[in-house]
Amino acid sequence: MTAVATAPTKETPALRALLKNRVQRKLLALSVAALVLVPLGIALWGSGSWPTGLTVDVSGPLDDANQWVIDNRDTHPLFLYFLLHLSNTATDAVDAVYGFLDSMGWLGVLAAGVLFAWRAAGLGRRGIKVAATAFGAFAVCGLLGMWDATLITIALMVVSVAVAALLGVLIGLAAGLFGRVDRALRPVLDTMQVLPAFAYLLPFVLVFGTGTPAALFCTVIYAAPPMARLTALGLRGADPAVLEASASLGASGWQRLRTARLPLARKQMLLGLNQTIMMALSMVVIAALVGAGGLGEAVYSALSTVDVGKALAAGVPIVLIAVWLDRTTAAAGDRIGESTPGGGLLHGRSAWALVLGGVVAAAAAGLALGRTWPQGWTYDISSPVNKAQEWITENLTFTEILSREFTLWILNPLRDALVWLPWWSLLLLVAAVAWLVGTWATALTATLSMGAIGVLGVWGKSLDTLSQVLAALVLTLALGVLAGIFCARAGRLERWLRPVLDAMQTMPQFVYLIPVVALFGVTRASAIIAAVVYALPAVVRITTQGLREVDPAALEASRSLGASTRQQLLQVQLPLARPALQLAVNQGVVLVLAVVVVGGLVGGGALGYDVVKGLSRGEMGLGMTAGVAIVCLGLVLDRITQPATRKTG
Amino acid sequence: MRIVRTTTAVIGALGVLTLSACGAAETGKKDAVGGDKTVKLTVPSWVGAQANTAVAAHILKNELGYTVKTQQMGEVLAWDALSKGDIDAIMEDWGHPKEEKQYVTTKKTVVKGGDLGVTGHIGWFVPKYFADKHPDVTDYKNLNKYAKDFKTGESGDKGEILEGSPDYVTNDDALINNLKLNLKTNYSGSEAAQITAIKKYAKEQKPFLTYWWTPQWLNEQVDMVEVKLPEYKTGCDADPKKIACAYPNTPLQKYFNADFAKNGGKAAEFLKNFKWTTEQQNQVALMIAGEKMSPEAAAEKWVKENEATWKAWLPKK
Repeated sequence: MTAVATAPTKETPALRALLKNRVQRKLLALSVAALVLVPLGIALWGSGSWPTGLTVDVSGPLDDANQWVIDNRDTHPLFLYFLLHLSNTATDAVDAVYGFLDSMGWLGVLAAGVLFAWRAAGLGRRGIKVAATAFGAFAVCGLLGMWDATLITIALMVVSVAVAALLGVLIGLAAGLFGRVDRALRPVLDTMQVLPAFAYLLPFVLVFGTGTPAALFCTVIYAAPPMARLTALGLRGADPAVLEASASLGASGWQRLRTARLPLARKQMLLGLNQTIMMALSMVVIAALVGAGGLGEAVYSALSTVDVGKALAAGVPIVLIAVWLDRTTAAAGDRIGESTPGGGLLHGRSAWALVLGGVVAAAAAGLALGRTWPQGWTYDISSPVNKAQEWITENLTFTEILSREFTLWILNPLRDALVWLPWWSLLLLVAAVAWLVGTWATALTATLSMGAIGVLGVWGKSLDTLSQVLAALVLTLALGVLAGIFCARAGRLERWLRPVLDAMQTMPQFVYLIPVVALFGVTRASAIIAAVVYALPAVVRITTQGLREVDPAALEASRSLGASTRQQLLQVQLPLARPALQLAVNQGVVLVLAVVVVGGLVGGGALGYDVVKGLSRGEMGLGMTAGVAIVCLGLVLDRITQPATRKTG
Repeated sequence: MRIVRTTTAVIGALGVLTLSACGAAETGKKDAVGGDKTVKLTVPSWVGAQANTAVAAHILKNELGYTVKTQQMGEVLAWDALSKGDIDAIMEDWGHPKEEKQYVTTKKTVVKGGDLGVTGHIGWFVPKYFADKHPDVTDYKNLNKYAKDFKTGESGDKGEILEGSPDYVTNDDALINNLKLNLKTNYSGSEAAQITAIKKYAKEQKPFLTYWWTPQWLNEQVDMVEVKLPEYKTGCDADPKKIACAYPNTPLQKYFNADFAKNGGKAAEFLKNFKWTTEQQNQVALMIAGEKMSPEAAAEKWVKENEATWKAWLPKK
């Protein structure tokens, strides 16, 4: 994000001329290459799909590994002396946190949530607002009848976020201090985020057991990367002058790290923690698939009776927990470095003591009222929501026509074209585009990834998925950039949209699975809608921020030259916000790919379906192969859309 | 270099701590909560099985004084958990030959728990309103004639057959191929998506063809008629690629963890005796899915009204 603000503004014309020149030269080279290679390709392989001779079946060895685990996990020392301890510890830790929360009584938990939010956000209006948010969030969780499920989920979150944060900081330390480690780790972190959790859920269950352990470790894998990335970023971004100063004072490397670099990176690290929490929350439902319980289980079981209202009643608390934690950690982050005036009772240690005292008092008072949320204070939203959903789906009939036309005129031609293209020409195309926008190294990575898809034997399915991902990506970017432009120009709109965007990002996709199918049918269009809903908020947010941070002087200058609003936008703001827009594209790719699996649950088929099938049928080879193909698609798309950030940054 | 040394020291210390704190880990986790009087059941995702589990749990709790823990998870995962003793019993299984061979025959960690009393059947179904208008659609030989009626955006020129969740056993792609039908499978990917699609079609009175099964609570709300496929004979589904016959009738089974079956006392005996009919299961399933009652409430209501049935399941004193 910091790169956005420091984008070079002066050198743009020179840079552009240089780029143009280079592009022209590359185009020339490419057309020569095409003239030679295309006839060669036709002569050698003809047309059509990836040849079966060039595939390697990896599912056999994977299934064997699967079997080995099942046969040996009760006797092999690796399990008895190491892995089983891990899983038992995980279960005990989550149980302990849950037991602790439960023993506080509902009033105690409520008081703790509110007081900690207030303490973190500071005194004054902001603190009151954040505390009120916390109060509202917990109260609604209780009112919806989800108190106990919420506690189970919070317990799982506390432990998994703690482990993910610790792991993230360790990785981040290594990556931040040593450049080589950073480069080596980057693809690992990418894979951790893009490989669908469904694909490795099964091996984790086999090794660690159903329920808490598997869910916990999968959550940690998915949630740790942001913490690692931002810690590394913070460490590397530390002001060299400060480091120089501390070095000249004779501080050793370790001392410098502890007294200068880590404190300077605190803000980034807190942002990382914030992101880690959000990522962990998005795994709640997936955790329920292996029996971790909590809110996810409520969402998942509502699906079997096709009960949108019940799913929503469990989905809303997940959103609210996310909002509560997001506002609290964000407020704490903003306060870092602020000077706190004076001492007094409401600052420093005495304030913490006050928070602690308040919680203990509330817990004591609450236990007299009963441990769990009073049954009478709940409200069942299930039937009104279901009625509303039915009314909407009955009255919106154009959606079905829309999805049909979209499938017929956009998705089918796109997929057919991709499938029709000879496999080697697609490889050449990827190589050419990647080289055009990047370096030969990017071209090599992109082509190798594309080739890996073919070697894995999922060429056809991957192209099907690719066509869906491309369509979803275009839709997301068009809508997101447009909404971002409006948000950047009207601050009020942004404030209004904020809770909506929060909900879109953190509401488990399983909740809107049924309405999407009811509106759009079991088609690939439904899968695309689900992907757009999930990926849109990030694109809107990044675009808005990028446009906002455009140098006001440049805008002022263009205005004084008599540029209209439209000209300002097209010729000044958007070009200057290019780094932000590129980041938006990157996030669009990552997030759309993250919901390919969910798309598989509403008729998306292809790779997403295979991943789900791998988990539910216990076919590890199938699920893993499809999961790796999704990662490869991500690599290809990333390399052919992300050139300049790497060159300038 | 100090960092490297410190890190090594920390890692070393952690390692020693881990090793010294414990010897071999417990493989079977103990349940502190209810001690021996705890039964762990899996709750499958479909409603019929939820009904079994809810009724069993209700009686175990209220008549036999057990603590019942339920855990929701996928079918294959449940088998694995059953083998490890993370759960004690699966109350409804639609046939998992691979797992059966592995855990029952080879490893002997799982034992059969007998029939549930309900017979499951998979097949191809069309809605009754369509079959009434075109009676000959219920024979697979005439399906090609109606393929155009089943066309959707996903199926192109062919007719669509709606498929369910990846959990389910399906031979449909082979059937279409071997019976030379002008159909195309469309995998909805989840039971919820499939049911939503069927309900939507039924509301609009549109023709559709779907992979479906009985018993299922939706059958009470949407009347469907089965399409006749070539008769099932033992062994006709041996080679997955050459299948050209209907799905078999499956008497649904119960499976227990081997230790639980031996040492589970009254709970194991009760679960072994648990056996009811398709109609009885559907009564409970419909309360859960149709009337949106919680499984616990539905089980309580059924137990109150059908004392004679479940009294026979209780262990003899």
